[in-house]
Amino acid sequence: MMGAEFVALSLPPILIGIFAAVACALPGNFLLLRKQALIGDAISHVVLPGIVGAFLVTGVVAAWPMMIGAGVAALIAVGMIEAIRHLGGIEPGAAMGVVFTTLFAAGVLLLEQSDTSTVHLDVEHALYGNLESLIWLDGMGWHSLLDAGALRGLPPELPRMALTLLLVIALTWLFWRPLTLSTFDEGFARSLGVPVGAVGLGLVIVAAIAAVAAFDAVGSIIVIAMFICPPAAARLMTNRLEVQIAWSVTFATLSAVLGYVLAGYGPLWLGFQDAVSAAGMIATVSGVILALAAVFGPCRTRAGTA
Amino acid sequence: MLLEALTLQLGYNATLVTIGAALLGLAAGATGTFLFLGKRALVSDAISHATLPGVALAFMAMVALGGDGRALPGLLLGSAISSAVGLLCVSALTNRTRLSEDAAIGAVLSVFYGLGVVLLTVIQSMSSGRQAGLESFLLGSTAGMLWNDALVIALGGALVLALVALLRRPMTMVAFDPEFAAGAGMNVHRIELAMMGLALAITVVGLKIVGLILIVALLIIPAVAARFWSERVDHVVLLAGGIGGVSGYVGAAISATAPGLPTGPIVVLVAFGLFALSLVLAPGRGVLAAILRHRRFQARVHVRQGLLALAQGQPIYEPLTLRLMRGRGLIRADGVATKAGRAQAARALLDERRWQLLRSDPAHEEAAAHYDGLTPLESVLTPDQLRALDRGLRPGDVQAGALQ
Repeated sequence: MMGAEFVALSLPPILIGIFAAVACALPGNFLLLRKQALIGDAISHVVLPGIVGAFLVTGVVAAWPMMIGAGVAALIAVGMIEAIRHLGGIEPGAAMGVVFTTLFAAGVLLLEQSDTSTVHLDVEHALYGNLESLIWLDGMGWHSLLDAGALRGLPPELPRMALTLLLVIALTWLFWRPLTLSTFDEGFARSLGVPVGAVGLGLVIVAAIAAVAAFDAVGSIIVIAMFICPPAAARLMTNRLEVQIAWSVTFATLSAVLGYVLAGYGPLWLGFQDAVSAAGMIATVSGVILALAAVFGPCRTRAGTA
Repeated sequence: MLLEALTLQLGYNATLVTIGAALLGLAAGATGTFLFLGKRALVSDAISHATLPGVALAFMAMVALGGDGRALPGLLLGSAISSAVGLLCVSALTNRTRLSEDAAIGAVLSVFYGLGVVLLTVIQSMSSGRQAGLESFLLGSTAGMLWNDALVIALGGALVLALVALLRRPMTMVAFDPEFAAGAGMNVHRIELAMMGLALAITVVGLKIVGLILIVALLIIPAVAARFWSERVDHVVLLAGGIGGVSGYVGAAISATAPGLPTGPIVVLVAFGLFALSLVLAPGRGVLAAILRHRRFQARVHVRQGLLALAQGQPIYEPLTLRLMRGRGLIRADGVATKAGRAQAARALLDERRWQLLRSDPAHEEAAAHYDGLTPLESVLTPDQLRALDRGLRPGDVQAGALQ
């Protein structure tokens, strides 16, 4: 399990899974504290019309146009949600529900209408991703990690996801102070001159970037689960934001590794032959972690109640 | 073609689907209203995604028992059980921990959905699972709808509607003011569960037609659209049912006219079209009505200011004011006041003086609260009060004002 086969078949997907999970969990912490946790859910639904639209425009299934299309769709969705909220005086949850279901429906319709039979583009791919297929054929063993030629054969999702993660970390670190201030006490932040609206929009955009990049590699289930479950479990462990973020990164990493291993090897251990969906298993593991935190977490109850 | 579809002449399956979709939309719209009014619209998202593991487990159980895994009643029962478990998880996470409801919803929907996907891949590796076609529950599939399936949908929808009619009063109270409802001796928790239970029933019934991802739309969009048209709960419920029903009927009919038009998405898009119409056109809360209101208000302010300027002999430069006053025949094209303009200007100035007097007198505090610079004082005070007030005006005040 730890030999050459592992490096070629399991290392890249596990790394991609970890990067994607952490990249989503970091902004997820702030979204959770701002009671905007479902933004991740909405974004991952509207990614579908975005990628289908990008395919219709460019005619090819390529990563960059699709990510741009998904990003544009996410921005359109956020704009529509805000417009419906303000023009119609609708509460945010319902406005979100109207927008993401409509855009998702439009995406499905576009997909059915366009001739995508020749290319690999379908709803299931969008939902589950294909983590298992991101293998590294040039990886002959651990020594390949030092071989430039072999490294060039890595699945392109890996560097892209790593880059996204670095971007998310850098932005979180750079904007730490305005972000935390406006998350916990918007009025105070505004009185200090923090552009609260811009910070909120920036957070949503970063979340969208993470969601779109991760979605390309691992499908939207992991994206939704990682936005919410690790931060929520971490929130039940501590009262301090720094510690919460550390916990959430730990939980996200743990979910990715355990989920992938259980999906790949669990059925074999139980005597079955085929592996199960890694994306689904990662989401499931993150749910189990959240359930454990909800039952045993030291800070699980609201302040003031027993 | 569309006309034929709308009059149910496109064959047996299309007719079945159209009627089923209309019934589903009707029941979903009416049920969703209470979720929306209680600001819990997105709970339906958790409910619908939580059906997936139940569908998969039911399939496996039925195959294990030697039956046909695709029997709709069995699959629906499984989905109902698993989404009920999901619902209880949401409520436990919200009530027992410090997590807010939206986080609980997101956690439950993603985890249950993930589990469902795992189970689907397990089914795919089972020998009898290759053709299970359970993926059709994600987006709905009406192509192979049978009479029995339609019957399940119709009966389920009718049952839910009857329960909504029965429970509408307590559900309304809980949706608007849970504390008052508790004070009135209602079991708020149980009524909330009933509300969610009805949404769950709709979700389960709708799995076959629109699928689990889009059923959320049928629970939310009609209610949000209906809310624009009325301020009364019973009207909103009826309207939402109507909008949902029309969306279902028209959407299914459109999708029957050509291949490549899946029913679920078309129904949702029709519903969104009705929502967009409501957002723009509804009287009172609609965007168009708001724009018209704004324009009328703007015109009143401009004309009033123009009249005051006329009365005080000041020139008017503002183009919109000039245009409005010309349109009303208050000034001539060269800007000189007409007879009607002079009369109205004098009246506006008198009104302004009266208001000034009124607002400087604490005895009239209550009437002074009506001051907005536009309302004529005649509509606030009685003629007697006006006469009493006029005694306080300096003699010739109005004329003096006009000469300034």
